[in-house]
Amino acid sequence: MADTIDRTALQQFLLRMGDNTLILGHRVSEWCGHAPVLEEDIALANTALDLIGQTQLWLDYAAEVEGAGRSADDLAFLRDVWDFRNVLLVELPNGDFGQTLMRQFLYDAWASIMLGRLQKSADERVREIAEKAAKENAYHVERSADTVVGLGDGTEESHRRMQAALDYLYPYVGELFESDATDAAMVEAGVAPDPAGLREDYDALVGRVMADATLRLPEKAYVHRGGRSGTMHTEHLGHLLCTMQWLQRAYPGCRW
Amino acid sequence: MYAQMVKSTGKGVKTREEMSEDERAFQDKIDADTKIEPRDWMPEEYRKTLVRQIGQHAHSEIVGQLPEGNWITRAPTLERKMILLAKVQDEAGHGLYLYAAAETLGVSRDEMTEDLLSGKMKYSSIFNYPTLTWADMGAVGWLVDGAAIMNQVPLQRTSYGPYSRAMIRICKEESFHQRQGYDIMMKMAQGSPEQKRMAQDALNRFWYPSLMMFGPSDADSVHSAQSMAWKIKINTNDELRQKFVDQTVPQAEYLGLSIPDPDLKWNAERGHYDFTEPDWQEFFDVIKGNGPCNTERLGDRTRAWEEGRWVREGLMAHANKRAARIAAE
Ligand SMILES: [Fe+2]
Ligand SMILES: [Fe+2]
Repeated sequence: MADTIDRTALQQFLLRMGDNTLILGHRVSEWCGHAPVLEEDIALANTALDLIGQTQLWLDYAAEVEGAGRSADDLAFLRDVWDFRNVLLVELPNGDFGQTLMRQFLYDAWASIMLGRLQKSADERVREIAEKAAKENAYHVERSADTVVGLGDGTEESHRRMQAALDYLYPYVGELFESDATDAAMVEAGVAPDPAGLREDYDALVGRVMADATLRLPEKAYVHRGGRSGTMHTEHLGHLLCTMQWLQRAYPGCRW
Repeated sequence: MYAQMVKSTGKGVKTREEMSEDERAFQDKIDADTKIEPRDWMPEEYRKTLVRQIGQHAHSEIVGQLPEGNWITRAPTLERKMILLAKVQDEAGHGLYLYAAAETLGVSRDEMTEDLLSGKMKYSSIFNYPTLTWADMGAVGWLVDGAAIMNQVPLQRTSYGPYSRAMIRICKEESFHQRQGYDIMMKMAQGSPEQKRMAQDALNRFWYPSLMMFGPSDADSVHSAQSMAWKIKINTNDELRQKFVDQTVPQAEYLGLSIPDPDLKWNAERGHYDFTEPDWQEFFDVIKGNGPCNTERLGDRTRAWEEGRWVREGLMAHANKRAARIAAE
C-alpha cells in the first residue's frame, strides 16, 4: 500500500471488515449441535468457519497496519466493546433459526456487493482477501437467500416468524450504508467504495429475495447506528465478548 | 465404543447344519470377504443388529458435537476456533454418512432420531461426561477420537458394504482429530502451571470413561460371537481396550502427564501394560441415563428437534409448493 494513505483510516476500515466477520462468525458458531436438521448444523458450522477464516485475514492486516506489535488474536481477544467496529446487525442475538438466517442473508447480501467492489481495490492485500472471501460468500448468500425464501413462502407459522425477524432486523440494515470520514479517506485512496453507493444494488437484491419469500420490507425503517463508528454498541456485545475472550483474559499471556 | 453393547440374536452362532440354504450362502459370502450390499438377501437379525449398531454410532457422532460445541464460543485463538469448528462439522458429517448407511437397511433418519430422543436407542457413554476446561478439548481429541479410531479402523473391513465405505471416509478424518487433540494437550502440558494443571485434570477425568468406550468384556458374550461371525465386529472389546492402553501410555509419558492408575505397569511377559479396569457400575449408571450430563445432552437434542419442527415443516411446505408450481407449468 502506498505510504501516502491515512493509516489510521485504513486500520479502521480493516477493523470494520474484520469485526463484522468475527462477531457474526461467533454468533453463528453458537448454534453448534442445535440446528433444526443435521444439514443445517453442517452448513452453519461451515459458514462460521469461513467467517472466522476471513476474520484472520482482515485482522492480520489491521494489526500490521497498526504497527503496534499486536496480532489478529490480540485484536479479537483483548479489545473491549468500545474498540469494536462491527455494525450492530451482526452482534444481535441469534433468536430462532429464522432470525439467524434472516440476519445472515441481510449481511451476506451486503457482503456480496461489498466484496465484489473490493476486488477492484487499489490495495493489493484488500483485493486478495476480497477475492477469497467473495468465493465463500457466493455460497453463503445463495444458501441464506434460499432459506429465507423457503421459510418465508413455507407454512403460515414459518412466514409469520420470518416476517417478525425481518421487522426486527431491518432497522439495523441502514448502518451498512452510512459514510463518514474514514470512508471518504478510503474512497480517495481507491481502497474501498463509498458505502452509500452500494445501497441501490442491495435494495434490488434484497427486494427480489423478499418478493420471492412473500415478505414485506418495512417502510421507512429507523436506522440504528453506532457500531461501525464505535460510539454506541448494543448491550449484547459485552456479553458476547465475556464468553469469547474469557480464556485469554483469565490466563493472560499463555500459548494455546 | 461409539456402539457399545449392541445386542444381536441373543442366541449362539448357528452351525452350518442349523443354517438354511440362504443363510449358508450368506455366511459363505462373508467368509470369502465379499461385501453384502443393500439389495442382497440377509438374515433379519443381521439387518436389525446392523441398524442398532450403525444407528448408535450415528447418534454418538451427533450427540458428540455437544461436549466440544460447549467450547467453540470460548476457544482461545482464532485458529483454535477454526480447528474446533471444522472438527465438530466433521462429526456432523460422520453422522450424516452413518444415517445414510443405516437408511439402506430400511429405517429413516427421522425414525432413528425419534428413537434416540425417546431413549430407545443409545449413544456412546463418553458423551455424557462434561467438558470443564479448554484442556478437555485436547483430551477428547486425543483419547476419545483415539479410542474411536481403534474400533473404526478394523470396521473398514466390515461385511456390510455401505457401513464399510462410511468407515473408510470417517477414519481419514478421525486421525486428524486425534492429532489436533494431542497438539492441544502438548501446548497445555508445556504451558503455564495452570495450563499443566488443566491438562492433568483432563486426563484424570477422561481416562476411565475412555476405557469404558470399548464396552465391558465381551469374551463370553453370545452377541459378540454372532457379530464377529458376521464380521460386523472384528475384535473383542478387551483386545481393543488393551491396544488403546498400550498406545496411549507412551503418549502420556511424552506429554509428561501421569495416567491416573497406580497399578499401571508394563508386563514384559504379556508384552502389554497391565491396568485397572474402569468402574463398570459407573458405566451401567451412565448407560441407564445417570451420567453427569445425560439430561443435558438429550435435553439439548430434544430441544433442537422440537424447536426446529417449524423450520422443517416450512421448508417442506415450500418444496411442495414449488413442485406443484412446476407441475402446473
Ligand atoms: Fe466422528
Ligand atoms: Fe472425530
